[in-house]
Amino acid sequence: MVDSANRATPRWWPRRRHNSYTVAPLILISVNLLLFLTFFVWPAIIGLAYSFTSYTGVGDAPWVGLENYRELIGDTDFYAALLRTLIYTACVVPLMFVMSLGIAYLLVSPYAKGKPIARVIFFLPWLISPIIAGVIWRWLFGENFGLVNFVITELGGDPVSWQSNGDLSLMIVVIVATWAGTAFNMLLFIAALKNVPVSYYEAADLDGANAWQKFRNITLPAIAPTSFIVVLLSTLHAMKEYTYFVAVNDGGPGTENNLIVQYIYETGFKRTQMGYASAASFVLLLILVIVAVLQLIASRRKGS
Amino acid sequence: MAASRSRTGDMPKKIGSSAIMWLLAALYGFPLLWFVVSSFKPGGELFSYPLTFWPKNPTLKGYTDAWTSFDFPGYLINTMIVAIAATLLTIMVSAACGYALAKYGNWWLKIFAGCILATTMLPTETILAPLFLVVRNLGLYNSLSGVVIPAVITATGTFMFRQFFVTVPNDLLEAARIDGSSELSTFFRIMLPLSRPIVLTLAIFSFQWRWNEYLWPLIILNEPSQFTLQIGIAGIVGANNVNWSILISASVLSMVPLVAIYLVFQKYVMNADINAGLKD
Repeated sequence: MVDSANRATPRWWPRRRHNSYTVAPLILISVNLLLFLTFFVWPAIIGLAYSFTSYTGVGDAPWVGLENYRELIGDTDFYAALLRTLIYTACVVPLMFVMSLGIAYLLVSPYAKGKPIARVIFFLPWLISPIIAGVIWRWLFGENFGLVNFVITELGGDPVSWQSNGDLSLMIVVIVATWAGTAFNMLLFIAALKNVPVSYYEAADLDGANAWQKFRNITLPAIAPTSFIVVLLSTLHAMKEYTYFVAVNDGGPGTENNLIVQYIYETGFKRTQMGYASAASFVLLLILVIVAVLQLIASRRKGS
Repeated sequence: MAASRSRTGDMPKKIGSSAIMWLLAALYGFPLLWFVVSSFKPGGELFSYPLTFWPKNPTLKGYTDAWTSFDFPGYLINTMIVAIAATLLTIMVSAACGYALAKYGNWWLKIFAGCILATTMLPTETILAPLFLVVRNLGLYNSLSGVVIPAVITATGTFMFRQFFVTVPNDLLEAARIDGSSELSTFFRIMLPLSRPIVLTLAIFSFQWRWNEYLWPLIILNEPSQFTLQIGIAGIVGANNVNWSILISASVLSMVPLVAIYLVFQKYVMNADINAGLKD
């Protein structure tokens, strides 16, 4: 009946055909489309263009060809920042992974008591801004006034130079980032762990498997897709970290803990070498893409 | 199955799991607790050894100093404007786009979905300098809208809505069409109200992102009258002689609105099924 009505009134024909709705979805995505073109496509294009110039943010943008990239290859400050970024990432991602998975595991386990309150405690750091998270730990690890050094001296040790030693400073940022980033990854893991079928564990119980065997052979494979997402996102996030370093020690001591985004910020906005900073940005983007592709390949190979 | 297991056999597991969990909770909770407790100590007591956990002479002086000695109220208002405006816009735009991606089959929508997902690979930091130039050329430099507008598009929000609307039966849409409801009014009158849980979840996410953002506002805002809280607080941290009394109190104050919102909407955040296109 509906069909014959459709055929009888020509107005219905185009609307019932596949792909006949064009205007409505176009209106619905229009704002996002405009924002995407303005704030992603346009900057990406002019960024690439400016990376071949010695633009300073005002006036002309003299074309210098590949000069910026050539200079970047020989720039020891850039390498130092890149190396520091890689070290930081290699420290923070595994620690974050273990902590968020461990806590998520405890929070879904039927044995731990007081989970609702513990969950709120674990989640609170997510609400705290990177600047303030840095300040909180800086306060705890102050060289002359911090609680940690106070406890160390009370126990008969020597105060530790948390601020003036670059590696210890980096370690504090790793702790801050883990502390603040756990909550979000923990949520992802909780959702994944809840979706592992209970029957798997019951079957393993019948076979007499112990807790570690169950975790290793059932839980880990079942949550592999989530693990992949957590590792990927944490890596990409760590590679572009900036704010924790500013709050903990201003990227110091000196410029020792200047990561790559801080390097881009300093060259682009403080020394107004927009062209050079754009080139450095593109190298960062390239590294991020390579990291993501490598992790994707690794997870595919593991899956098959 | 679990019930049939012997209760005595579970005891060591219960004690062990609880002990580890609460040890970790103490580790995670303590830094914040120490910070908040410190905010009630008078300036001299903050540094006088031996340190005590509870303040000997609790005072609110740090808070009154923080409120008056730098433009805390002004920064607070700016931050509120940014967070609220960005959140409202983000929800509208993400819901509309997510709905279109879920309920229409046009080929260009699939391409656009891929583009949005790709923005997670192209974070603001990698286009910092050119993005700044674009925003400046649009005349948004040194204005709060320059902070808000580029932040409105988010892959996380769009895909949260897409996932949700995929689960809404198509029959509902067909029924609305047969009733003569136009496409857009179906979206606004039927679909958007249905997605209330996603709206609330994304609202909290977006509010937190914008409230805590540092680098982008720092680049865009030039005059102190436009600063947000994070820039103001980072300014105290960056000073040669850090005034810890004011810094700690101002930091605690700046966290209060978010914690309050979180406690009200806790169940939405905790149950959020977030797994696609995550980005802050």
